[in-house]
Amino acid sequence: MKIKSQKDFFSGLMFMGIGVAFAVGASNYTVGTGARMGPGYFPLILGVLLAVLGSAIVFYSTVVESAGGDKIGKWAWKQIFFILASNFAFGVLLAGLPSFGVPAMGLIVAIYGLVFIASLAGDNFNAKEVFILATVLAVGSYVAFVWALKLQFPVWPSFISG
Amino acid sequence: MELFDNLATGFGVAFTFQNLIYCLIGCILGTLIGVLPGIGPVATIAMLLPATYALPPVAALIMLAGIYYGAQYGGSTTAILVNLPGESSSVVTVIDGYQMARKGRAGPALAAAGLGSFFAGCVGTLILAAFAPPLTEVAFKFGPAEYFSLMVLGLIGAVVLASGSLLKAVSMIVLGLLLGLVGTDVNSGVARYSFDIPELTDGINFVVIAMGVFGYGEIIANLSKPEEDREVFTAKVQGLFPTKQDFKRMIPAVLRGTALGSALGILPGGGALLAAFAAYTIEKKTKLQPGEVPFGKGNIRGVAAPESANNAGAQTSFIPLLTLGIPPNAVMALMVGAMTIHNIQPGPQVMTSNPELFWGLIASMWLGNAMLIILNLPLIGMWIKLLTVPYRWLFPSIVLFCAVGVYGTNNNTFDVWLVGIFGFIGYVFHKLGTEPAPLLLGFILGPMMEENLRRALLLSRGDWSVFVTRPISAGLLVAAVLLLIIVLLPAVKNKREEAFVED
Repeated sequence: MKIKSQKDFFSGLMFMGIGVAFAVGASNYTVGTGARMGPGYFPLILGVLLAVLGSAIVFYSTVVESAGGDKIGKWAWKQIFFILASNFAFGVLLAGLPSFGVPAMGLIVAIYGLVFIASLAGDNFNAKEVFILATVLAVGSYVAFVWALKLQFPVWPSFISG
Repeated sequence: MELFDNLATGFGVAFTFQNLIYCLIGCILGTLIGVLPGIGPVATIAMLLPATYALPPVAALIMLAGIYYGAQYGGSTTAILVNLPGESSSVVTVIDGYQMARKGRAGPALAAAGLGSFFAGCVGTLILAAFAPPLTEVAFKFGPAEYFSLMVLGLIGAVVLASGSLLKAVSMIVLGLLLGLVGTDVNSGVARYSFDIPELTDGINFVVIAMGVFGYGEIIANLSKPEEDREVFTAKVQGLFPTKQDFKRMIPAVLRGTALGSALGILPGGGALLAAFAAYTIEKKTKLQPGEVPFGKGNIRGVAAPESANNAGAQTSFIPLLTLGIPPNAVMALMVGAMTIHNIQPGPQVMTSNPELFWGLIASMWLGNAMLIILNLPLIGMWIKLLTVPYRWLFPSIVLFCAVGVYGTNNNTFDVWLVGIFGFIGYVFHKLGTEPAPLLLGFILGPMMEENLRRALLLSRGDWSVFVTRPISAGLLVAAVLLLIIVLLPAVKNKREEAFVED
């Protein structure tokens, strides 16, 4: 067996895996019959369907030629890391992690954190420029979300605002 | 003519100075908030609802209508400019709209969306005024079997939207349907696939998936490319307004979109959304004129048709609300909430017991549309300026807006963790060459499909043949099969592949 389209092969495997997982999960719930569908009925059908579709994709990926093997290519680990880290940092800084005793730092600090970490994913990192961008966004967000829309955000660190 | 008398009553109510001002304020607020990525009409209306409590009932509903249209148009603006669908119905607009923006034609795209919506809105208002009572009869004919078949047709239609492999597109739909099932099952109360996480029992938030897959996923993919061939706006902005040629192509698309949207909007259950998808599908089936840009590459018809369909559908979706009292979607559900706050019980009696309100609201919808176009055409120049912002400033801002939007929807940090996970999944989809748009449609329709399948089979005592013995349902399924056959025909298949060739 030779993989002729790497993208298709692995996406097929992914669909198969997810389909099987959902189908197995569905068997934990009451499946029931057509006339009396339980919570597991529809997900079971869909899970099996997804697994079948996935295996068809895998099958075709080993049969049908594609240009240059349809390689997946390199993974952008650096970008993944910084973008996702900035997102998680935003969540932690904004509301804290009460179960780990991390205090909430509020929206303003969270914006600076997010912008700095996210910017590291870019090609050139210029601290001064990023600082200005973060300040502009922090002021803008404060005006738009807190002042105008009155969204319920913790704005300042909890040890200051109480 | 009764129709004109009624409309005259309506305009008499809406055309007071006070109500015009409320409509204008609503439009401005709606647009300003709607353009923020991740904040769709539902979130916008929810945020602004308290501001209308103090107003008299008619003024409050008029202002809400203004907010609704403003938010919807604002959402299309974000979809076109930064490739972020803020709500489910702009998922289709993204496909060609963003490509147009990349080619320096964001102005025409925004104008096409605005003008198409305005025209569709006008037609929708007339239809609403003329046919509201008889059209509700049609909606009565739709049982669960018909809804299920309609959704199957809608999903098959969505397959045609995806570029690349059909099988992968179908798989993405099924995956979307499955993700839509996460959360508490309405019938048995069982929390499915929630892993004992309390936040997951409410299901996954649409905004979380949209922002994660389209926002974060795309940003990661974009940043990982070398600077030269990054998907940003390299082309010079050419003109703010559609050319004569553009208009010639747009007009039939707008007409088709409007017709489809008006018809499908009446059906409760995401009519406007299905209309947008169906309109795009139909445009794609029509032959390209010589010299026309293929679909998925920035065809103006791909923006005009779904936007008109969406708006016409939004308009006619007031029919089930005002006549039957059934809210067809989340936005309308909020409108019901607003009405009950003002002591109005939506339903057939509104038309007779409260004619000023009923016709005033219909007239103000048209006004909201008109104001939107007056307000937004001059603003196009300003929105375009956003595109000149360098990407190294733009992407942290988009990440921020996604994160704020996701947190702000439910004030819940769990959604922030989830959007990060979906960001990674979005990047995986990108790497594997699978299109995320069908996933979103499946996600939205998942719970509705299950519910209607369940009801249909319950009524037929488990007999699956109910889907083919009921004529409307059978017709819809036949249409779905035909659509699938058309897509699979060798000639069309080659053409479709041609249209989606990566450059």
